[in-house]
Amino acid sequence: MSLLSLRGVRKAYGENVVLDGMDLEVAAGECVVLIGASGSGKSTLLRCVNLLETVDDGVIELAGADITDPRVDADKVRSGIGIVFQAYNLFPHLTVLDNITLAPIRVHRVPRDTARARALEMLERVGLADKASAKPDELSGGQQQRAAIARAMVNSPQLMLLDEVTSALDPELVGEVLDLLRELKSEGMTMLVCTHEMAFAREVADQVCFLHHGRPLEIGPPAQVLDAPREARTQEFLRRVSGTTGR
Amino acid sequence: MSTWQPSALQRERIAYRRRRARRSTVIAVVSSVILLALVVVGIGSTPGWPRVRATFFDVHRGWEALPVVAEGLWLNVRVMLVCAVLIVVFGLTLAIMRTLRGPIFFPLRVFAAAYTDVFRGLPLLLVIFLLGFGVPALQLRGLPNQAVIWGGAALVLTYSSYVAEVFRAGIESVHPSQRAAARSLGLTYRQTLRFVVLPQAVRRVLPPLLNDFVSLQKDSGLIAVLGVIDAIRAAQLETAEDFNFTPYVVAGLLFVALTIPLTRLTDYVARRQGWYGGGGGPV
Repeated sequence: MSLLSLRGVRKAYGENVVLDGMDLEVAAGECVVLIGASGSGKSTLLRCVNLLETVDDGVIELAGADITDPRVDADKVRSGIGIVFQAYNLFPHLTVLDNITLAPIRVHRVPRDTARARALEMLERVGLADKASAKPDELSGGQQQRAAIARAMVNSPQLMLLDEVTSALDPELVGEVLDLLRELKSEGMTMLVCTHEMAFAREVADQVCFLHHGRPLEIGPPAQVLDAPREARTQEFLRRVSGTTGR
Repeated sequence: MSTWQPSALQRERIAYRRRRARRSTVIAVVSSVILLALVVVGIGSTPGWPRVRATFFDVHRGWEALPVVAEGLWLNVRVMLVCAVLIVVFGLTLAIMRTLRGPIFFPLRVFAAAYTDVFRGLPLLLVIFLLGFGVPALQLRGLPNQAVIWGGAALVLTYSSYVAEVFRAGIESVHPSQRAAARSLGLTYRQTLRFVVLPQAVRRVLPPLLNDFVSLQKDSGLIAVLGVIDAIRAAQLETAEDFNFTPYVVAGLLFVALTIPLTRLTDYVARRQGWYGGGGGPV
């Protein structure tokens, strides 16, 4: 059974229909990569799953429960989902360690010492153990993004949402973040990822979904969608992407 | 696009949200009514209430005092409007002086800092006395000697220091990258301040600024100590006739009636222009 399941999800901003009957299934432990031109609805989809946006229609189910039902406690749903943003969104007034322990202490009521120990463990894993007491602006982009991933991971979420997490990074820093994501994947984390990193999609994704005008135009294993796309739109998109990035 | 119709599920959700909104409204109304009733009954049943009502809430007496108090209020309004303009000018000048960089501006920075330190610390009443009675007593020729002018000057001096600090906080809250971006386009320091920093700073500090002006509106009554007849002074004179304090209440209501529209207007303008931060969604 799918951990995350979207059926007929619709989201419009005024006249602009961003998601138009979106269907998607993400099985537990699977990594699904969303690709598509900017404006095709990738980020909006992630925001809807994290309930940062209210859908206009359709159902999003997480572990069998309808999270788009207005009766659900959105904070509770969100606390079980990790999200990492393109711009890191670390809290600039807190140290790296405090960024990571904020939710465990305030939301999950973890004792302070336990939370700190767990945060340090996470920092160790993302290779930032020596930066625990640094402020975010003292870190490089790649380090900030790894700290943000640690912050999202510390709550042991069922599902990770990653929104263009390498787009703001210098090319030589992209690798360290992607390495970390590969590791998460190998540990069985369920991930829904928006990215322009086709190499990463090819290597890590179980399924690649090409979004076009708020609909999944083509879904399948990376070998099929990326290397032998059936749809003309997908082919065109991939040609443009490979033309600009050389990947 | 127009062909889309909400599904049965979505219609159910919309209906649920509507029910919930309606329930919230009902709860709000009921709790407000209950609270109000408790307050009315609670105060009304105190032994001294009839006397208090006769002394403070005599409708007839209040109606009688209204024209006189309103005339006094008109003076408050005029003083406040003129002072507000001057305060914005002086406050902004002081704030900019404090943020100037470079050794040449050292005296200006010190002056601005010293000015705010002194006038934020001095009680307003003292400044009013000093200017209102002190300056005319110097008997300098060519200077006006109307109490309103010196009282207004005292308000301007004191409030400029408050407002300068508000502006300075706003200026410093604009991220340095904004200055960098402006300077990189070739804008001078002045132009950067004028076209990039100040517009953002002013928007951010609008609510606290409004706070200061509402406060100014009330403090404008303090110049009554120089013998000017403003709303409060007019109410006091009315009260002196029969020791009925209703005119004070009338003055208070008029002050409140004056500030509420101002606050709402600022909120409305700010929201419409999207001045308050970004972000959206139900978070």
